[in-house]
Amino acid sequence: METTPLLRMEHIGKEYFGNRVLADVSFSLEKGQILGLVGENGAGKSTLMNILFGMPVIGQTGGFEGQVLLDGKEVSFADPLDALDAGIGYVHQEFSLIPGFSATENILLNRESTKYNFLVEVFGDRLETLDRPHMLERSVRAITTLGVDLDPEMIVTEMPVGHRQFTEIAREIDRENMKLLVLDEPTAVLAESEAQVLLQGMKKLAAQGISMIFISHRLQEIMDVCDKILVLRDGRVIQEAKTHETSVRQIAGWMVGRKMEETAEAHPADRIFGAPLLKVERLWVDMPGETVRDVSFEVRQGEIFGIGGLAGQGKLGIGNGIMGLFPAGGKVFLGDDPIYLNDPRFSLSAGMAFVSEDRRGVGLLLEEPIEWNIVFTAMQTQDAYTRALLGGLVKWRDDKAIAAVSKEYIDALEIKCVSGRQRAIELSGGNQQKVCLAKAFAVKPKLLFVAEPTRGIDVGAKKLVLDTLRRTNREHGTTIVMTSSELEELRSICDRIAIVDEGRISGILPPTAPVEEFGLLMLGATGNGNGNGNGEEADRTVYHDE
Amino acid sequence: MNEKLKGFIEEAGWPRVIIGLFLLSLFVAAPFVKVRVDASISDTLVRFGMNGILVLAMVPMIQSGCGLNFGLPLGIIAGLLGAVTSIQLAFTGMLGFLTALAIAIPLAALFGTAYGLLLNRVKGDEMMIATYVGFSSVAFMCMMWLLLPYTSPTMIWGYGGSGLRTTISVEGYWLHILSDFLSLQIGQYLYVPTGMFIFFGFMCFLMWAFLHTKTGTAMTAVGSNPEFARASGIDVNRMRVVSVVLSTVLAAIGIIVYQQSFGFIQLYMGPFYMAFPAVAAILLGGASVHKASMVNVVIGTFLFQGILTMTPSVINSLLQTDMSEVIRIVVSNGMILYALTRKVQVKR
Amino acid sequence: MKAYTTKEKIQHFLISNAVPIIFILMSAVAIPLSGFSATYLVQEMLIRLARNSFLVLSLIIPIVAGMGLNFGMVLGAMAGQIGLILVSDWAVVGMRGLLLAAMIATPIAIGLGYVCGAVLNRAKGREMVTSYILGFFVNGIYQLTVLYGFGKLVPIGNAELVLSRGYGIRNAINLAGMRHALDYLVPIKIGTLNVPVGTYLTIALFCLFIVWFRRTKLGQDMRAIGQDMGVAGAAGIPVEKTRIIAIIISTVLACYGQIIFLQNIGTMNTYNSHDQAGMFAIAALLIGGATVSKATIPNVFVGVVLFHLMFVVSPMAGKQLMGQAQIGEYFRVFVSYGIIAISLALHAWKRQKDRERARRSLRGEA
Repeated sequence: METTPLLRMEHIGKEYFGNRVLADVSFSLEKGQILGLVGENGAGKSTLMNILFGMPVIGQTGGFEGQVLLDGKEVSFADPLDALDAGIGYVHQEFSLIPGFSATENILLNRESTKYNFLVEVFGDRLETLDRPHMLERSVRAITTLGVDLDPEMIVTEMPVGHRQFTEIAREIDRENMKLLVLDEPTAVLAESEAQVLLQGMKKLAAQGISMIFISHRLQEIMDVCDKILVLRDGRVIQEAKTHETSVRQIAGWMVGRKMEETAEAHPADRIFGAPLLKVERLWVDMPGETVRDVSFEVRQGEIFGIGGLAGQGKLGIGNGIMGLFPAGGKVFLGDDPIYLNDPRFSLSAGMAFVSEDRRGVGLLLEEPIEWNIVFTAMQTQDAYTRALLGGLVKWRDDKAIAAVSKEYIDALEIKCVSGRQRAIELSGGNQQKVCLAKAFAVKPKLLFVAEPTRGIDVGAKKLVLDTLRRTNREHGTTIVMTSSELEELRSICDRIAIVDEGRISGILPPTAPVEEFGLLMLGATGNGNGNGNGEEADRTVYHDE
Repeated sequence: MNEKLKGFIEEAGWPRVIIGLFLLSLFVAAPFVKVRVDASISDTLVRFGMNGILVLAMVPMIQSGCGLNFGLPLGIIAGLLGAVTSIQLAFTGMLGFLTALAIAIPLAALFGTAYGLLLNRVKGDEMMIATYVGFSSVAFMCMMWLLLPYTSPTMIWGYGGSGLRTTISVEGYWLHILSDFLSLQIGQYLYVPTGMFIFFGFMCFLMWAFLHTKTGTAMTAVGSNPEFARASGIDVNRMRVVSVVLSTVLAAIGIIVYQQSFGFIQLYMGPFYMAFPAVAAILLGGASVHKASMVNVVIGTFLFQGILTMTPSVINSLLQTDMSEVIRIVVSNGMILYALTRKVQVKR
Repeated sequence: MKAYTTKEKIQHFLISNAVPIIFILMSAVAIPLSGFSATYLVQEMLIRLARNSFLVLSLIIPIVAGMGLNFGMVLGAMAGQIGLILVSDWAVVGMRGLLLAAMIATPIAIGLGYVCGAVLNRAKGREMVTSYILGFFVNGIYQLTVLYGFGKLVPIGNAELVLSRGYGIRNAINLAGMRHALDYLVPIKIGTLNVPVGTYLTIALFCLFIVWFRRTKLGQDMRAIGQDMGVAGAAGIPVEKTRIIAIIISTVLACYGQIIFLQNIGTMNTYNSHDQAGMFAIAALLIGGATVSKATIPNVFVGVVLFHLMFVVSPMAGKQLMGQAQIGEYFRVFVSYGIIAISLALHAWKRQKDRERARRSLRGEA
């Protein structure tokens, strides 16, 4: 029995300004099938979905290669609303709900049922009155289809998180000709029991003929609910497999890849490290999107310690929390001294420095000269580059000294700029990152936190940044804690690598460990799939004293 | 040549260029409508000196990201209290002037601290609240002026009334005490109040110097990117309060300088709308809602006061009608509107 | 679903209605001080309710649409005044005069509302300051038009309206011909009191309109935009256009409100009447318990009564308390501005807190 697949994506490719993000991705999806889409950050999942859904950013950056066929007919959406009309829905990771509206009102947002009245003649369609009884009918229908227990009249702000997720999905289902639903990490914010309810609901929808693409890193759920799996890595399809023909371990291996087989880089087994410099005990950090729940580890003096993991799992929260940028708790020691959290100044004065992953938002003063950016932290925390006037009352900014030291760093890091006076906003991403590094080096820290050091930088600059970090570590003995989403990078330079999953460290491995081990840790697939290895429902409370 | 011109206009912004040309044309037209150029220049210079420090008071809060200081009246009130108390104490000359400052500045620091703490709790809505805090305090002082126990006969209502008069003359106390210092009188009409300029210049120098210190640098960073400043260990809230105190103190100093030139202390509803010309002037000088420099202050005050001086005399002679008030309203508010509707590039 | 204890409910009620409660307490003290009789006060309040409610009601829709307090309502007031000036010139009296004035003023109000909405769209996040300054700016244009244009560019036939120099409208215009035209449209007397039934009916109609409007798709769209522009936009609601519509509606209604206001008073201060219209209306609304993001019809009426009660009573209370009526007058100015300052501050502070709290709850903390 030959039926046209509902969806076929053929030879999809995408380049962003010379940077290839997707290459030759092809797959097909039948009616009522659930496809699991798996891959690391940067593997291309979001871009692929953006192409399918017609997000404007794709068209604005040169379009895409290949074809998308819906029900056998080629389609190309200019706008997400077009994709919605064609029957493709997308449930995003971030909730898109009006907080003060009820579930019904959100489910039917901008598609409400209305009744005609005569004023429409004069003032237009939008003066039709809402037909609330009919709206309630529709929302109840969508909720029942999904098979969840959701009160249609409940206001969003009073709903538990799981119900908000259900409301989002119900909104897509209410659309009349919904054929394909893309779900982006829908279980990320759900408790175990709610996730199960959702997965059941998905199966019910599939049974009614709605196809789904399920993006998740929770391998167990993928195995539970998907008919087949697509693994992406570095923009290519590594493997397409039927769920019942593969295993979690296999998937993990495909996901993370076998590229860096032999780590040829210098990993002398005889590197000697000092006593533990940084001791972290039961750290929690409230960083939106990167929550840290319970993390403990030690970093030895002179070590380069890596922290990896998938996006949103909490690896970025660790550095940010210890440096006082987000509310945090727990115990942190630098050497023998306790570090008082929630006070950036304290962390800086104690001898730690931080290169933030948010280059433009936190790392730079875009409107100010490069010089200012480089010396600022040193000037403020150590009174460096100032001259004391009037018997120490006035700390005058020593512009000459600033210019001199900036030049040193500009040369050392090969920062391409017109002069030290050029505004930071005018530099390329890679050069901006070098300025951020220079700012941290200028403080001459004992311990340096670096987050996503090579994000958005071209290959040549990447190497330079990593070499600079390595050099600082070897020559000055600076201990480095490096957070990165690129496993290769971590494996090339770190002495040990911790993987963070669901706000906890799921394991610490040497860089030479086999790649699938890393993959498994990232997917939280130690034990039986919920990250803490002993079968209980993953504890999602955040411990803090309030 | 064209490129340079275009570049200049883009940097300066169309409104500034238009207003600059407009002012120039007024000066050119002056002799033709029987308005004395030297008298006009003199008036402009005097008003420039009078208002300069009030405009300067805008700079600290803009730099620290607190926005345009529509709450300037708060500082002005401190200045008024200083001036009035100085007269009550019957000090004259430079002593009187300095006493006024000595009383006003600590008061302004006090007001500024409270005001700054309030603004810290309402980040993002500073401007609107500043406006109404300013208005409320003026209204509150209206009641106070009636009740405070001042007794100097030159200040209180005549015929046994109680409470201070609306306008109080400083003649005989410290009228022109700055302006006359080293002043120049060229011909009958051209008067240059050098002393006032020197003082204004000195204040600008102090501000400039402050922005070059470690604290001043930190303040600029706070306005430029508060997250960056916080990550570098700066206490953002403290910096903001410091900037508000500076602003309020400068306002207090500014109004006293204004009064010694103008000749009168204006109480009650006098300070009510005084923030707006200062805001318009600094915006006219090229400042934005989160960045301002000394150059902006000087250029802006000069252009703005120039328009205010020249328009009545020239246009009134030209059209035989008094449009000055209306033009002032349109120009100053138009300028502020323009600044408010510019796309914000750097996030708060 | 949470269940509140009675204590919590009372606490919650007190906090969310703090402002009106303070005002009631203040009035309770000031009224006996002032020495006014109850009948006098009730009569005054009835008149002021009729006079001012429409203007205050016009503020509700922009608040629902998330645009805060529409200081730009003075633009509508100015449009209404222009209509009245022209109608006075053409000596059309009574209800016909009012209707004609409204008809002329409406297109002007729509135009001004459109400009205001477009400007506010360019100043998202700073709507209130911008509409405030815009009010001043357009006031300048209004003066240019009325003080210089009328009589020269726009022919004014009636010499009584024009200044002695030959052009420009006088400071005060007598609207005797239209005085109370709406108020006493339906002539009803209670004892010796003339009751402005016509105006009450109009106000009631307007209230019905607001209630009905909330049930329309447009009203629902505005409510959505008012809570989250991003989500509404992603759902396909035309955010920019809807915001402009909200402002236009508010401006047109303010225009009618000003006409109603002036027909009750009977004289128009050409250059001042509209000035205070915005400020007093906003103060009244806030006193009634509304905030920058939430306003209901009861807020309007409670606010008008409380505000004007204080307004009427302050001078005499001040005289009794401090010996000077002047103090009372300044006191009411102080209270008007102060209440706006406090409401804005409370709202901004609450918004900051909510933002922090929302960050946690919407992303899945237990």
